[in-house]
Amino acid sequence: MAGFEFLLQQLVTGIANGMLITLIAIGYTLVYGIIEMINFAHGDVFMLGAFSALTFLQLVGAQAVRRVRNVDQAPSPETYLWLVLAMILAMVFCAALNVMIERFAYRRLRRGGRMAPLISAIGVSFMLQNVGLYWKGASPVNFPRFIPQIDLVKEIGIDSFVRFTTKDLFVIVVTVPLVIALTVFIQRTKLGKAMRATAQDRDAAQLMGIDINRTIALTFLLGGALAGAAGLVSGLYNNTANFQMGFSYGLNSFTAAVLGGIGNLNGAMLGGVFIGVLAALSDGYIDPRWTPVVIFGTLNLVLILRPTGILGQESAERA
Amino acid sequence: MTAQGAGVVLDVTGLTKQFGGLTAVDAVDFRVQERQICSLIGPNGAGKTTFFNMVAGQYEPTSGDVIFDGRSLRGLRPHQITARGIGRTFQNIRLFTNETLLENVLVGMHSRLRSSPVAALLRLPSQRREEAEAHARAMDLLKLVRLDRFADESAGNLPYGMQRRLEMARALASQPKLLLLDEPTAGMNPQETLAMTTLIRKVRDDFGVAVLLIEHDMQVVMDLSERVTVLNYGQKIAEGTPREVQRNDQVIEAYLGRRHKRPEDEVAGAHA
Repeated sequence: MAGFEFLLQQLVTGIANGMLITLIAIGYTLVYGIIEMINFAHGDVFMLGAFSALTFLQLVGAQAVRRVRNVDQAPSPETYLWLVLAMILAMVFCAALNVMIERFAYRRLRRGGRMAPLISAIGVSFMLQNVGLYWKGASPVNFPRFIPQIDLVKEIGIDSFVRFTTKDLFVIVVTVPLVIALTVFIQRTKLGKAMRATAQDRDAAQLMGIDINRTIALTFLLGGALAGAAGLVSGLYNNTANFQMGFSYGLNSFTAAVLGGIGNLNGAMLGGVFIGVLAALSDGYIDPRWTPVVIFGTLNLVLILRPTGILGQESAERA
Repeated sequence: MTAQGAGVVLDVTGLTKQFGGLTAVDAVDFRVQERQICSLIGPNGAGKTTFFNMVAGQYEPTSGDVIFDGRSLRGLRPHQITARGIGRTFQNIRLFTNETLLENVLVGMHSRLRSSPVAALLRLPSQRREEAEAHARAMDLLKLVRLDRFADESAGNLPYGMQRRLEMARALASQPKLLLLDEPTAGMNPQETLAMTTLIRKVRDDFGVAVLLIEHDMQVVMDLSERVTVLNYGQKIAEGTPREVQRNDQVIEAYLGRRHKRPEDEVAGAHA
């Protein structure tokens, strides 16, 4: 049964990673849905989210870090407090950053065709990467091991090679409620309705009394907040961060958003988990070096068969 | 007919819009009284929709002023103008086709709802009350346009005539004082047209709104409007009661050309 257990193990890893990808993919898909623009700087916002959380933890959590040096031990209650604070900080930081990026780098270009904001986004991406480079240096930095790595499968008395650790659980416990909260926000609230209306027909939306500039800013705010949360979770899960992580995670997340159907929230979730699992399976059964080939090959295949992505509708967002 | 001495809802003075060298709307003066139904007519390209777009704030006028409810609308963005009380429908229907009928009407209420996102997420009692009220009001509006049965359908699935009625309900949701209808009966069969005419009159009577419509169907225009304004090449060439306008030589000329001066009723048949 080792073969089956190996499969399960890859699935566990894939789902945890896929949830992280989902959090970032939502930022791409929300922005695309509302202004048909690919925000290439989004991955780098995620990276700065990880950096801001790390800086915060280094500043205030030094003692807490020492206390949980033993990774098999449950962390102290204060640690959780620091973590919650770090998460709020990263979310607020990235939300504000994303709103500022939209305000200063994209808004003026909104009427300048598709190319102008896209190029601007690539420029912002370079700027943010260099901020990251300046902030934490060129080599990967260690992220403190706040989250213990206790194998829950063993804890409950099952003897298996499959490990489902507290870290995997942590990723799911943080990401799932965020995704649910976002969905409820978009489905149920007045501002969520305004976002959907703006995505479908911007002119008609403003004539319904919707301030589209504010609604678009709100979209960047939500995407940024999720990217910030993803930054912290990624740091705690992988225990490392570097200034280029935004590019690799961003590329996978963007692929997930396109695969699921860009502009479609459920598509981003489906695509995120799909890419996470696909990458884990490819890592395990083929070779990690071939994983990008597998991912982008699959993307090509899906787009050939379904150009709008798995859940994308034909020109659903067009006026 | 409107009550004598009713207030002026919309007072447009010298409104002009130039696109490069083209003057689409040229120094138009225009008034709408409270609870009045007015029509804006004219041949294709006369500047009617451009005029609408300036009143609703989508185009910035080159010069002139729009006074609505006693205050100038200059410099306001479209959503602010909606909040002041102007609702509109579009020549080519622009519903949120992925949303249900109910959601479409609720979006129309955007400027009238105030609950904060926090209240919405926590489902505070105030928020729930507002939501229930909005829901009930939206259903009333759907009932008014006889679409309440389809409240949970996707707007995109509706046939054309119903989509026009839904647009009307959505425009009413913002509680406007003035309703701008851009060709409300375009593409409708005679039966649907009649239903729409009845609906427009009912809306005016029940909600006390003023209605300004662009319309090509002269039967509708003559039937419905208390005042008619005729634009041609961006200029106002005539104004008055339907009867007066029908007799106006310039109007007949604009529609029929110079050699076809004919008695009054021909205007109606000419554009069909």
